[in-house]
Amino acid sequence: MAHLDIRGLVARYNNATVLDGIDLSIERGEIVSLIGPSGSGKSTLLRVISGLLPPREGTVSLAGETINYADRRSLRRSRDKLAIVFQQYNLFGNMNVLRNVMVAPVTIQKRDKKTVEAEARALLDKVGLGDKLTSYPDELSGGQQQRVAIARALCLKPDILLLDEVTSALDPERVGEVLDTVKMLAADNMTLLIVSHEMGFVREVSHRVAFMADGKIQEMGPPAQIFGAPQQPRTQAFVSRILGH
Amino acid sequence: MHYVLHYGQIAPYLPYLIGGMAISLALSVLSFIGGMVLGLFFAVIRNEGHPILSRLVRIYVAFFTNTPQLVQIYVIYFGLPDFGILFSPFAAVLIGMTLNAAAYLTEILRAGLGTVHAQELDAAETLGMNRLQTLRHVTLPHLFRVAMPALTNQYILMTLGTSMASIFGVEELTGRAFNINSTTFRSIEIFTTVAVLYVVVTFIATILLALVGRWAFRARVPVL
Amino acid sequence: MLSFLIAEIPRLFTIYNVILLLKAALTTLSLSAVGCVIGLFFGFLLSIARLSHRPIFWPLKALALIYVEILRRVPFLITLMIFFFGAQVLGFNISALAIAFISTSVISTAFVAEIVRAGLRAVKPSQMEAAAVMNFSAWHSFWHVRLPQAWPLILPPVFGYFVLFIKDTALASQVGVLELTQAGKILNTKGFSASLVYGAVLILYFIISYPLARFGAYLERRLGASRHSRPRRAI
Ligand SMILES: Nc1ncnc2c1ncn2[C@@H]1O[C@H](COP(=O)(O)OP(=O)(O)OP(=O)(O)O)[C@@H](O)[C@H]1O
Ligand SMILES: [Mg+2]
Repeated sequence: MAHLDIRGLVARYNNATVLDGIDLSIERGEIVSLIGPSGSGKSTLLRVISGLLPPREGTVSLAGETINYADRRSLRRSRDKLAIVFQQYNLFGNMNVLRNVMVAPVTIQKRDKKTVEAEARALLDKVGLGDKLTSYPDELSGGQQQRVAIARALCLKPDILLLDEVTSALDPERVGEVLDTVKMLAADNMTLLIVSHEMGFVREVSHRVAFMADGKIQEMGPPAQIFGAPQQPRTQAFVSRILGH
Repeated sequence: MHYVLHYGQIAPYLPYLIGGMAISLALSVLSFIGGMVLGLFFAVIRNEGHPILSRLVRIYVAFFTNTPQLVQIYVIYFGLPDFGILFSPFAAVLIGMTLNAAAYLTEILRAGLGTVHAQELDAAETLGMNRLQTLRHVTLPHLFRVAMPALTNQYILMTLGTSMASIFGVEELTGRAFNINSTTFRSIEIFTTVAVLYVVVTFIATILLALVGRWAFRARVPVL
Repeated sequence: MLSFLIAEIPRLFTIYNVILLLKAALTTLSLSAVGCVIGLFFGFLLSIARLSHRPIFWPLKALALIYVEILRRVPFLITLMIFFFGAQVLGFNISALAIAFISTSVISTAFVAEIVRAGLRAVKPSQMEAAAVMNFSAWHSFWHVRLPQAWPLILPPVFGYFVLFIKDTALASQVGVLELTQAGKILNTKGFSASLVYGAVLILYFIISYPLARFGAYLERRLGASRHSRPRRAI
């Protein structure tokens, strides 16, 4: 059984169809990357999966349970299993770094505060922000905020992690670090759905790559296929443009 | 406890109340115009930064915005006769409201003037406009465009403020309500009716000012 | 004339009269303060209703809109009279002071609700989305995320309104509440010159209002204009 199973998904923003029949199935522990031009609906897909935008048609199932978007409890159960790192990070502006990471595990998941704090500190250390615990988001650079957002997502201990443009604000050195973190997460059997423009990163980390355009997945396959021998002309054009040859 | 509302009893007084509304409007419009003239003058003084005049304007504004309009009119109407200066109730209220409005409007207009950019003024100068032309074609339109919402708000507050004229015996809307009250004793009916009239008048004023702002200054004034 | 007024001054500021004025000043302050605090409480309820998207809140939402739009367009004097005569006609035996407190609360609720709504709306929706995805309940999201970010935007204008409203409470003298203006009227009927008494009352209002207004401006600079959404420790 697929860990995340998406069937015939259609989503609209006030009648503008943004997702137009998405089928995507991801196994437990699998890393799938979404690539595609700007505006193709990648972030929207993550919004639908995380329950922020109810689909007009189709279904999303998490660990075998189909999400009922009209039912708060169903939504709650699915959100218990997943975490998302937003493209704009969306750190809480009124909380410092440490509290941003700790707030949900402590107040929502009701885990022991001391344990959570230790975990949060360790996570923030790992993303290189051990010295920024008491800083506020508006005092951090984009890349730093993004790493806090990653730590915040991981501290929730999700089964499935959605990462939106996770490498875009990072310098090359940090991309390497995130790469290592992501690989480690996969080894822990976490399922990852990653949106990225960093093709080197995508190629190295993903089990499969999906190319999205016009609200549809145009082509999907192992990185070697998508980057080496794309079947569709649109994929070809996109990949060659982005790889610069 | 068993009070029955009789709006029918005050229906005959509606024309009388509407006549009072005209007096209320006269008060608010006249004091708003007077306040605008004074306020514009004061705002320019503040903006030009003449040390002594500017300081005087600041004291004026601080004094009038930190004391109640009602007591200001008390001083004008009851206090000034101590010095042999007498005003009719209407004149006393009008003067008090104008002076009070001038203080608030100075602040609003000064804030608006602060947003006229130096570039626009430079542009006007390169076009060969003199100071008066610049004021008329550049500064004032810009000022009204940005200050229109605050001015509208101020006008509404002033319309509500006219009701205190009744305290000095002016027979405007609230004054006439008191008159009817003392003959019919239908207090709740009268004062709720008058409340509705104020709501209607201020709504109309809001909409009219929004339209004026849009046509004349391309200002965007939210109606609600 | 002026010398006559000056001769009156020592007679005006006897201990008895000074205590009268001070007590009246306290009433003036509390009329506005109580009104604003209660206004803050109900203003929050109204704005939460107005900002809610859930269909069960729609009737409440409409009511809140009507309340806010109407009450802000009725003169304070008229509101006072409606409550004053309303209590009389319905046979409620409550003091003029209580009527004044009810009136200030009812009016300031409408004004404060608008300030609160603007503050809550200024918090980016993406902040609440982040909370929702982490399974924050509506209440947790409001308490831990939205309110702390809206508060610095709400507090300065509410304080500004409180200072403004101090002056409006002068109208409570019309139902016989012993606040500053009424104290002036009492002293005037006791034979002191109107110019002296009301001049003194004006100055007392200024002494109360001016420092508060300055503090309000400071709050505005400190919280309102700051791009930081988090509360500063100084407050
Ligand atoms: N809140 C919204 N309301 C209306 N339209 C929206 C909204 N958010 C996104 N869209 C539209 O939906 C389409 C897909 O947007 P989406 O953010 O999913 O693209 P994306 O693939 O993530 O792009 P990028 O690579 O730039 O992040 C775009 O055309 C966008 O204009
Ligand atoms: Mg995106």
